[in-house]
Amino acid sequence: MTTATNVLPEPATPVRRSKLAGAVGDALVLTERNLIGYVRIPEALFFSTVQPIMFVLLFRYVFGGAIATPGMSYVDYLMPGIFVQTVMFGAVGTSIGLAEDLHKGLIERFRSLPMASSAVLAGRTTADLVRNVFVMVLISAVGFLVGFRVHTNVLAFLAAIGLMLLFAYALSWGFSIIGLSAPNSETAQLMSFPLLFPLVFASTAFVPAATMPSWLRPFAEHQPVSVVVNAVRALTQGGPTARWVVPALLWSVGLLVVLMPLAVRRYRRAI
Amino acid sequence: MNAVEVEGLEKRFGDTEALRGVDLTVEKATVLGLLGPNGAGKTTTVRILTTLLKADAGRATVDGIDVASDPRRVRARIGLTGQYAAVDERLTGFESLEHVGRLFHLSTREARARATELLERFDLTDAGGRVVKGYSGGMRRRLDIAMSLVSRPTVLFLDEPTTGLDPRSRLGMWDLIEELVAEGTTTLLTTQYLDEAERLADDIVVIDHGTVIAKGTADELKGQIGGDRLEVTVGRPDELARTAELLRDRCAVTGAEHVDVEARTVTIAASETHKIVPDVVRLLDDAGIEVLDVVVRRPTLDDVFLQLTGHAADGDADEGGDR
Repeated sequence: MTTATNVLPEPATPVRRSKLAGAVGDALVLTERNLIGYVRIPEALFFSTVQPIMFVLLFRYVFGGAIATPGMSYVDYLMPGIFVQTVMFGAVGTSIGLAEDLHKGLIERFRSLPMASSAVLAGRTTADLVRNVFVMVLISAVGFLVGFRVHTNVLAFLAAIGLMLLFAYALSWGFSIIGLSAPNSETAQLMSFPLLFPLVFASTAFVPAATMPSWLRPFAEHQPVSVVVNAVRALTQGGPTARWVVPALLWSVGLLVVLMPLAVRRYRRAI
Repeated sequence: MNAVEVEGLEKRFGDTEALRGVDLTVEKATVLGLLGPNGAGKTTTVRILTTLLKADAGRATVDGIDVASDPRRVRARIGLTGQYAAVDERLTGFESLEHVGRLFHLSTREARARATELLERFDLTDAGGRVVKGYSGGMRRRLDIAMSLVSRPTVLFLDEPTTGLDPRSRLGMWDLIEELVAEGTTTLLTTQYLDEAERLADDIVVIDHGTVIAKGTADELKGQIGGDRLEVTVGRPDELARTAELLRDRCAVTGAEHVDVEARTVTIAASETHKIVPDVVRLLDDAGIEVLDVVVRRPTLDDVFLQLTGHAADGDADEGGDR
């Protein structure tokens, strides 16, 4: 142990910043921290794309032949569903990551620092958003390889991707509440699925609602995942876009506005 | 003004009363050892003082600032090292320190300079560029403490800083803490190790079941429980009860003797031990008890704990974590 420098001459002098600039700065530091993690363990990122690719192959080549989709080929019907499913499963990563931070005592340390209480959550959800962008690029490539085509234009396709990322970002905040409430990361994942599963599969993501029993149909047609999937179909395959895109945006922004403060409130009590 | 002032702190988790009116003060530039078994309320106290938990009742200030009404200002002045090393395994040591600096809103340049300085100070310069995943337990602990010193806090909280370390790392950690203290850091240290409190702390507060049961310097605490200790080791466990009885009669000291069945020893407080020892040997011999060893020693904090709580500092503590 060297005794050269005095460790504690006087408190460090922080740079003065406005409250908002401070909160954004804190969030950026934590985003960077999480992204470094993704880059250092690329295996995790790689394997998180394996599952959606298997889903593409399963529905395209195994189930697809048995599913009738009026007005478009099944692969064009399927891929918007796969995209939305993929970003939603990616949002579960938020709950797993936060549960790990909590379990390792990192949240305890962060909470004892004089930073914005939204920063840890903003940093995590933003890093997961960046990760979702990467995964989307990959799944799109796979989609094009198996015959998916955009029948509108590039801008509409990009708008569709932006919409899905926004929707997933809103869900990330919801999953962060689960992550901060779970005893460990495995449980966080298990707790997320009962929520995720009916939303993803009792929807129009993979099959038209017309074949579902009458009690399930109203839910399957109007729940947010279906709304977002239908908006993506309209944007990539043509047809009336505003009918689906507007409610999809409302759902995404609405969820974000409700879930963000709830998550921050949960964070303030997390130990 | 004291660096830390705590008055009547109470905290309840469901049916468990974790704190039942804790009072303590830490003078500036001193070390307070908060000593107690698992579940005594040490971590809860630290968490309230570091603004992680809100107390149900009572008042606490750090550096004169109320922890409940102005938590953010408190956070700017404290450093916390929690029970397990809170380090991100995916970052390097340098990055970990730099990030904390930036979260304290230091300029990037200052944050980097501070990281370099702390790595050197904590013998981590060579490891600074490596990912923490490959660090040993002792290195993680040192990095953890370095992270809590980035902002040059006025009060440092160390929650069981040597729990889980091997003996060598533990000694290294003691040296490190002593150096920090020599430089004038006010420190509140929790521990369940009596030798640790004795070596590092100026004052000791003994806490059990959420209440303070004793406070003072190590010497004062030892003085409180009477004179030297007489420790007798016998040949067979079934001789322990009779030995205890004989010792109690002869020494006539209030405060019960302690029987350790595994070590086959009976320990009792005794005065004028130079007269007592020959008597005791004779008495036990007459009673046909095989005496293996008779030792007179100064009381340790272990004895303090036994006398005050009726149980040892480790071992038969409550089940469950320290909440």
